[in-house]
Amino acid sequence: MAGELTRMSAAGLAAAVAAGEVSALEVTEAHLARIAEVDGAVHAFLHVAADGARRAARAVDERRAAGEPLGPLAGVPLALKDLFTTTDMPTTCGSAILNGWRPPYDATITRRLREAGVVILGKTNMDEFAMGSSTENSAFGPSHNPWDLARVPGGSSGGSSAAVAAFEAPLGIGTDTGGSIRQPAAVCGVIGVKPTYGGSSRYGVVAFASSLDTPGPLARTVLDAALLHETMSGHDPCDSTSVDAPVPPVVAAARQADVSGLTIGVVPELGGEGYQRGVLTRFGEAVELLESLGAKVVEVSCPHFSYALPAYYLIAPSECSSNLARFDAMRYGLRVGDDGTRSAEEVMSLTREQGFGAEVKRRIMLGTYALSSGYYDAYYGKAQQVRTLIIRDFEAAFEQVDVLVSPSTPTTAFPLGERVDDPLAMYVADLCTIPSDLAGNAALSVPCGLAPEDGLPVGLQIMAPALADDRLYRVGAAVEAALDSRRGHPLLDDAKGLT
Amino acid sequence: MTGQAGRTGKAARGEAALVPFGEALTRYEPVIGLETHVELGTVTKMFCGCPARFGGEPNTLVCPVCLGLPGSLPVANRAAIEYTIRIGLALNCSIADLCRFARKNYFYPDMPKNFQISQYDEPLCTNGWLDIWVTDPGAGGGGRQVRVGIERVHLEEDTGKSLHVGGATGRIHGADYSLVDYNRAGIPLVEIVTKPVEGTGALAPLVAHTYVSELRDLLRALAVSDVRMEEGSLRCDVNTSLAPRGSGVWGTRTETKNVNSLRSVERAVRYEIERQAAVLDAGGQVTLETRHFHEDTGVTTAGRNKEEAQDYRYFPEPDLVPVAPSREWVEQIRAALPELPAARRARLTAEWGLSDSEFTMIHNAGAVELVAQTVAAGAAPADARKWWLGELARRANETGRGLAELPITPGEVARVSALVASGALNDKLARQVIEGVLAREGTPDEVVAARGLAVVSDEGALLAAVDEAIAANPEVAQKVRDGRVAAAGALVGAVMKATRGQADAARARELILTRLGQS
Repeated sequence: MAGELTRMSAAGLAAAVAAGEVSALEVTEAHLARIAEVDGAVHAFLHVAADGARRAARAVDERRAAGEPLGPLAGVPLALKDLFTTTDMPTTCGSAILNGWRPPYDATITRRLREAGVVILGKTNMDEFAMGSSTENSAFGPSHNPWDLARVPGGSSGGSSAAVAAFEAPLGIGTDTGGSIRQPAAVCGVIGVKPTYGGSSRYGVVAFASSLDTPGPLARTVLDAALLHETMSGHDPCDSTSVDAPVPPVVAAARQADVSGLTIGVVPELGGEGYQRGVLTRFGEAVELLESLGAKVVEVSCPHFSYALPAYYLIAPSECSSNLARFDAMRYGLRVGDDGTRSAEEVMSLTREQGFGAEVKRRIMLGTYALSSGYYDAYYGKAQQVRTLIIRDFEAAFEQVDVLVSPSTPTTAFPLGERVDDPLAMYVADLCTIPSDLAGNAALSVPCGLAPEDGLPVGLQIMAPALADDRLYRVGAAVEAALDSRRGHPLLDDAKGLT
Repeated sequence: MTGQAGRTGKAARGEAALVPFGEALTRYEPVIGLETHVELGTVTKMFCGCPARFGGEPNTLVCPVCLGLPGSLPVANRAAIEYTIRIGLALNCSIADLCRFARKNYFYPDMPKNFQISQYDEPLCTNGWLDIWVTDPGAGGGGRQVRVGIERVHLEEDTGKSLHVGGATGRIHGADYSLVDYNRAGIPLVEIVTKPVEGTGALAPLVAHTYVSELRDLLRALAVSDVRMEEGSLRCDVNTSLAPRGSGVWGTRTETKNVNSLRSVERAVRYEIERQAAVLDAGGQVTLETRHFHEDTGVTTAGRNKEEAQDYRYFPEPDLVPVAPSREWVEQIRAALPELPAARRARLTAEWGLSDSEFTMIHNAGAVELVAQTVAAGAAPADARKWWLGELARRANETGRGLAELPITPGEVARVSALVASGALNDKLARQVIEGVLAREGTPDEVVAARGLAVVSDEGALLAAVDEAIAANPEVAQKVRDGRVAAAGALVGAVMKATRGQADAARARELILTRLGQS
C-alpha cells in the first residue's frame, strides 16, 4: 500500500483521504518512508520535517473525522523549495550564509499551504539563492536526477523537481526567475509551471531578482499542477506586485484538456542550431500531435528573443546585487571574524567572502558593475529596453496565436560537473525559458517523451500571455493525455539507478 | 585613557582660520541651499504596519518588513503619499502623475536591507517655492520677503539609529561597540530640497534660519509631522558656497550635517561663510565635502569627502509599483489644505490693521494664535496685541515660560480688555486683574470682585478726593489756576493714590480742571 501511495497523483490522494480510504497520516508516512529510502541517493531535501508533517497530517485527519470540509489538496504531501520562509523549519536558500536561520514568519504561500491542509514534508535543495540550473551551486551539495543519478536534476528548483520525479512527494513548489521551475521540471520529466508574474505571492520568498521571481507548482500530472496552482495563488496585499485579479480557471482548463480551435505558434528562434537532436525530435512530434488534436499550428518569429539571455544576465544580477546586500552578519545568519578586533565593515566583508558561493559572488559583481554610475545606461538601462522589445514580440505573437511552444530546454539533463566551470554553458540551459520571465508571462513545461539518444526526458514549453495561465493547462493536459494513451507511463516508471 | 592625547592643537580640533563675517561679505556672496528631512506623523511606518512612533524600548516597534528580513516585501503607505502631496501642494510644487521609488544602495549597519527605499529621478513633487519674511535686525526691525525655490519633495524611509559606545567621538570609528535600534527604521521621511538661494548677502544665515522656521510652521499647520528638531523628526543639512563678489561664479559647496536647532542652522551658515572666506583668501580651494556641525563649539569639521563618496547605484525599486496619484485625488488634497501660514499672515495683517513688522513681532513672539483667539473672543486687535506682547510677555519672561504656558486664556485676556474698554477698569487695575488670574485666583470677574478692584465712579467720593488733593497741594493748584494745565497731572496722581488706583483718571482730571477753573 505504501508503495502505491507514493505513485498516486495528488488529486487521487486527496480524494482517497477525503473518502476515508486512507488517512493523511498514512499518506505522509508512506512518503517519509520513500524519502528515507531514496533521498540518500537523490538528495532532494535539505531538511525533512517528519514530525511537523505528521502533525499536519493528523490535523487533516481530525478535521475529516469532525466532518469539516477539506480542500482539494488536504492531506497531500509537498516538497517546498528552501527559499520560502517557514517558522518551523530552517530556511537556507542553499547558502552557507543562512545556514541554520529560522525565520520568524511564514511566507504567504507557506501559510496558504498550511491552511489548505497540504502536508509540507520538508525543504528542498536548490542552487544558492536560486542562481543556477543544476543545484550544483548549493552550499550543501547537489541533488541528483532520479532518471540518472550521475546527471543534474536541473535548477535552481532541482530539489523539488527531483523529489517529485523520485516519488518522494506528489507535489513540489519552486520559483522561476529565468526558468528555475520549467528547466528542472523538463529534465526530471515532470510538470513545472511559471505562473504569470504577480499571480503567486512573493512575500516570504527570499528574493533573487524581484522583477522576475515567480513561485509556481511542480507535479507529475497537469491536473495536480493546476490544483496546486490554484491553492497557492491569488492576490496578496503583502506583495505590492501581486495581481489583484481572480486566479485564472486553471483546474477547469486542465480538466478540459482540449486544443481544438486553438492557434499554436512555433517560435523559430527557440530551436535549431545548438539544440540536442533528440530534443528537437520530440518537440517536433509534440507539435504534430497538437495539430492532430485539432490545433492550428503556425510559425511566429520573435526576433528579440535572441537578446533575452544577455538582457537577463544584466537585469537579474543587478537586482540580486541589491537584494543580497542585506546578508551582512549584523542581524541573522553567518557571522565571520567577529573577534572583538575587527570593525563592522571587516566582519561584513569576511562573512560575505566566506558565506557566498562563487556564482552568487559573480552575479553580485556583475550587477554592482551594471548599476554603477556611468555604466547604468549602457547595461541596466539597455537591458530594460531589450526587455520592452521582448514584451512587444510576445504581444505581436499573441495577436496571432493563443499560445507559443518551444522545447523547454536545449538539451536533456547534463552530467553533474560538466558545466560547473563554464558559466556560459550553464546559462544556456535557460535559453528557452528566460523570455517568458522577462515579459512576466505564464509558461509551463510538460514532458513530451524521452530523447532517443539518451533516454532522458524532454520538456515541451507552452507560453501564454499574462493572466491567461489557463491556456497552458488546456494545452498541457491535452499533450499529457495524448502521450499517455500512446505510450503508457514512460515518465512515471521507476527511475533507473534507484535501489 | 581619554584618547585625547595629541588632539589639543587647533587644527586637530578641526578649527579653521576664519575671516570676520562682515569682512567676508565684502568680498564674497554666499549661496545657500537646504535639505530638510521630516519624519511624517503617520500612524504606521512607510512600508509596513508597525507604529511610526518616537521612543519605545529599542527594537520593539519592528517586524520582518522594517527589519528587512529575507523574503519580506514593502507595501507603500497611502497616508504617507498623501502627506507628501500635501507638503508639495503647500510648497507650490507640481505633483507627478507617475513616479517610482528607487533603491539607494549602501552598506551601513543601521540600514536593515543595506539599501534605502527612496526616490531618485522621479520625485513625487517638484519645482515649487516658499515665501519667507526675513526680519533684518540691521534695518531697524524692518524686513524683506525672500522667495526660496523648492527643487523637490520626495518620500523615503528612515534608517535605524546607531549608538556608538566607547571611543572619543561618539561616531562609529573608534567605538568599542555599537548598538542599533530599528524602531526608527521605516518611518516615513520626506526630504525637501531647496534650489540654491543667492543674493541674500549678510542675511544668508538668517534666511536659512527663517526658512527652516517657516517651513516648520508650515508643516505644523499641515499636520503632517510634529517637527521636533530635538527629537530628530525635523533634520536639516545646510549647503553653503561662496561666489567672489561680482563674479557670478559659484564656488564649491560644503554640506553641513548635524544641525539640530534653528540657531544652529544660522550659526552653521555663518561659520561656513567665515571659514570658506579664509580658505579662498589664502588662495586655497574649498573641498566638496560633508561637514559636521558641533553644537558646543559652533564649528564645523570635515566629514566624508564627497569626491570619494560612494556610488549609490540607484535603480527603480522592483518590489513596488509606481505611484500614480490621480488628478482627482490631488485636487481633493488641495481642497482640504488648511489655511497656510503665509495666507494667514496676509489675512491677519489686513484684518488687524498691522504693518508687516508689527505682525512679525507678534509672530516672533509666538503669539499669533493667542492674539487671534483673543480677537475672536471680542478684543480689539490692538488691545490683544498690546496685552500679549506687553504685560503678558513680561510676565512670561519673568517666569521663564512661553506665552502659551501662562495660566490665562485668550478669553480671559479679552474679558480684561473689555472691562478696560467699558471704563470699569483702568490699565493699572487691569494689570492687577491679570496678576490675580495668573496667580490662579479665578476669572477676571472673580478677581475684580475678590480684590475689590473697580474704578471709583461715585462722583461724590471722587470729588472729595479731588478737593482733598487740591487742599494738600496748594502750590500745584495755583499753577493750574494760572493756566499751567499740565501741572494737573500731579493732582491726578494724588487722587489716584488716595483712591488706591480705583479712580477713573480721566474723570478725576476733568474734575480737577473744573474746580480750578480751567474747563
